Amino acid sequence: MKRNLITLLAFVTFAAPVLAVQPDEILTDPALEARARDLSKDLRCLVCRNESIDESNAELARDLRLLVRERLVAGDTDDEAISYIVNRYGEYVLLRPTTSGANWLLWAAGPVMLLIGAGVGGGFLRNRAKATSQGETDLSADEKQRLAEILKD
Amino acid sequence: MITELGHFALILAFLIAIVQMVVPLVGAHKRWPGWMALAEPAAQAQFAFTAFAFAALMWAFITSDFSLLVVVQNSHSAKPMLYKIAGTWGNHEGSMLLWVLIVALFGALASVFGEGLPPTLKARVLSVQAAIGVAFFAFILFTSNPFLRLAVPPMDGQDLNPLLQDPGLAFHPPFLYLGYVGLSMAFSFAVAALIEGRVDAAWGRWVRPWTLAAWVFLTIGIGLGSWWAYYELGWGGFWFWDPVENASFMPWLLAAALLHSAIVVEKREALKSWTILLAILAFGFSLIGTFIVRSGLLTSVHAFANDPERGVFILLILGVFTGGALLLFALRAQTMEAKGVFSLISRESGLVVNNVLLAVSCFVVFFGTLWPVVAEMAFDRKLSVGPPFFDLAFSPFMVLLGLVLPVGAMLPWKRGRVKRTLWQLRYVFVLSLALAALAYALQSGRSALGPVGLFLGAWVVTGAFTDLWLRTGKGGVSRLIRLPRADWGKAVAHAGLGVTIFAIAGLTAWEVEDIRVAEVNKPFKVANYELILKGVRREQGPNYFATVADIDVRHKGAALTRLTPEKRDYPVAQMPTTEASIDYRLTRDLYVVIGDQQSNGGWTVRTYIKPLANWIWGGSILMALGGLLSLSDRRFRVAAGARKPQGVPAE
Repeated sequence: MKRNLITLLAFVTFAAPVLAVQPDEILTDPALEARARDLSKDLRCLVCRNESIDESNAELARDLRLLVRERLVAGDTDDEAISYIVNRYGEYVLLRPTTSGANWLLWAAGPVMLLIGAGVGGGFLRNRAKATSQGETDLSADEKQRLAEILKD
Repeated sequence: MITELGHFALILAFLIAIVQMVVPLVGAHKRWPGWMALAEPAAQAQFAFTAFAFAALMWAFITSDFSLLVVVQNSHSAKPMLYKIAGTWGNHEGSMLLWVLIVALFGALASVFGEGLPPTLKARVLSVQAAIGVAFFAFILFTSNPFLRLAVPPMDGQDLNPLLQDPGLAFHPPFLYLGYVGLSMAFSFAVAALIEGRVDAAWGRWVRPWTLAAWVFLTIGIGLGSWWAYYELGWGGFWFWDPVENASFMPWLLAAALLHSAIVVEKREALKSWTILLAILAFGFSLIGTFIVRSGLLTSVHAFANDPERGVFILLILGVFTGGALLLFALRAQTMEAKGVFSLISRESGLVVNNVLLAVSCFVVFFGTLWPVVAEMAFDRKLSVGPPFFDLAFSPFMVLLGLVLPVGAMLPWKRGRVKRTLWQLRYVFVLSLALAALAYALQSGRSALGPVGLFLGAWVVTGAFTDLWLRTGKGGVSRLIRLPRADWGKAVAHAGLGVTIFAIAGLTAWEVEDIRVAEVNKPFKVANYELILKGVRREQGPNYFATVADIDVRHKGAALTRLTPEKRDYPVAQMPTTEASIDYRLTRDLYVVIGDQQSNGGWTVRTYIKPLANWIWGGSILMALGGLLSLSDRRFRVAAGARKPQGVPAE
């Protein structure tokens, strides 16, 4: 039966307690192990949705961790190891999206938006600096007419 | 019986909300005082009935009334009382009821504290607030009614998700909702002002306390959730850039921007249309958050009801409210001319920079959160956007914000000189730089993140208090305590941000991790600590079985503490959880987790030394405290603005 488990409660329900990297997975070479950990943090556990394989305790995540270490031990560079895994599991596995294709939009979104924001904000500020205080000097057409009438009398 | 009464009260509240939505709005348009005055009793009655409905549901949870479907699905008779009560909002239906209860609460508060408001504005605010209520009452009654009975009640319930059976999480949703829904007040004020066609300094003063309150609640809610994740999930992560976290973070960023821009409206009568737009967007993002969580549009680690029908309903609410408000904005925004004149270098400009940075960083989070959906629909690519992206794309904005914050906060209104302000900050700068250099020298060869974080943190914190000190002029300490609370609030909240920035950078950079198979009575070393696994025992809790390890910790040869990490198994919910054991200290947490038994008889033990962990939440508490201090400022309690000086404004 489908459980209507826990709705909002942000921060809810990781599938199980996270035990992540097991002692028997750790490589004896600390340099290689450090590289493996770094790579693991950028790879997604495919069955647990939004955890990296470094954090997840799912079987598949363990398999992937072992695979990463296998490739590193076999002499792959970081990029080679990653592309080996992407070739097998698809782009979905990458937590840090590539910049290829339309993804440049994603990476450019922040800087571009900052430029636009800075432009608009700067324009507004310059306007304000140039503007003269309203009500002191600026009279609307109506007010000018009214003033002229008063002065005529 | 009580259940039926609760159901009936909910329907009554729905009907009252409909009346409250229509009558005062017409009254305000036609200037009929009687029709406008209806808004107040209606708002209070709506709240009373909703509160009764909520209490009825809570009663069903407390008494474990298993004839109610939602109680069966989310409770168990053996569950501790605290979690029976918290279970009321630990599910979709109940949490929506809490949501609408808070909408009604804010409406009622506005009717009580809004004495100083002009009658037409007040009628319109309450009418818009009621419209939000109507939408969510309808949502509850038609798609997620918590009062549905079962023909054949089962013997016992299915239990609440064990991860949620935790004091930190019991209070996390109410705070978060107070924040989300608190922004509805800012929204109602914005829409009412658009209908009214005028925004002035008084409006800014009325809207700010509500925004401040909402922001304080969001800060506490997010902080609680993050703290819970830290100790409950078993490896001490505190932020995961999960879509559902982002859903709460985006309104927080916009609310922070809003409460700064409202200052400019209040003091300088500028940035009016931008502030209105921010108010609409901030609540819009709260709705988007609700939509993201309830619809299951985005895959997330958070397990929740993925119900397309509910998702469509919320999308409809989102479209009508944000779309309608934005349309109104497009039609009316031109009528709001800025009045204040200020030079390029001024406090106003500093606040504009603050707004640009906060709004753009929120946009980045939004873009990243939705990008997987866009990529799949538009480009047929299934991809992920995870923490590595957000860390890279979001952090620079916070660094920039931290860099400009002390300068912007100290610039005078109207016209300032950057050189003068920088000169006032010279000692702060030198001190921060010295601290960073010291950290760099001490840590030898680790990433630059720690020192940079220390620099930023010290810069922001000491900058905030330098600002406060300079405000006293020659008055010295006695003047310091008599400064307006708003000044104190500003300094404390800014310092809180600095503390949090430093803590996050420090924790990320200086954490020590150790994973090993520990054998009983064989000591092992992690950094300066010596740990020894004394033994592992089985225990039984009220609704779970536990495996408990006893680990003694020694530091520099002296016994420090005994840690007892647990693994729990909840048989009814069929779910295991880990309970980390944490030795909290000012400068670091020692965080120990027990894993599975290995074939050689040893146990997997994970040890983390997490420097500055407490400071993350300490910073959040400071931010919330700063908000509360500002909220208690005299001008919100006494001066109600230009039109009616004696009235008491919304608080």
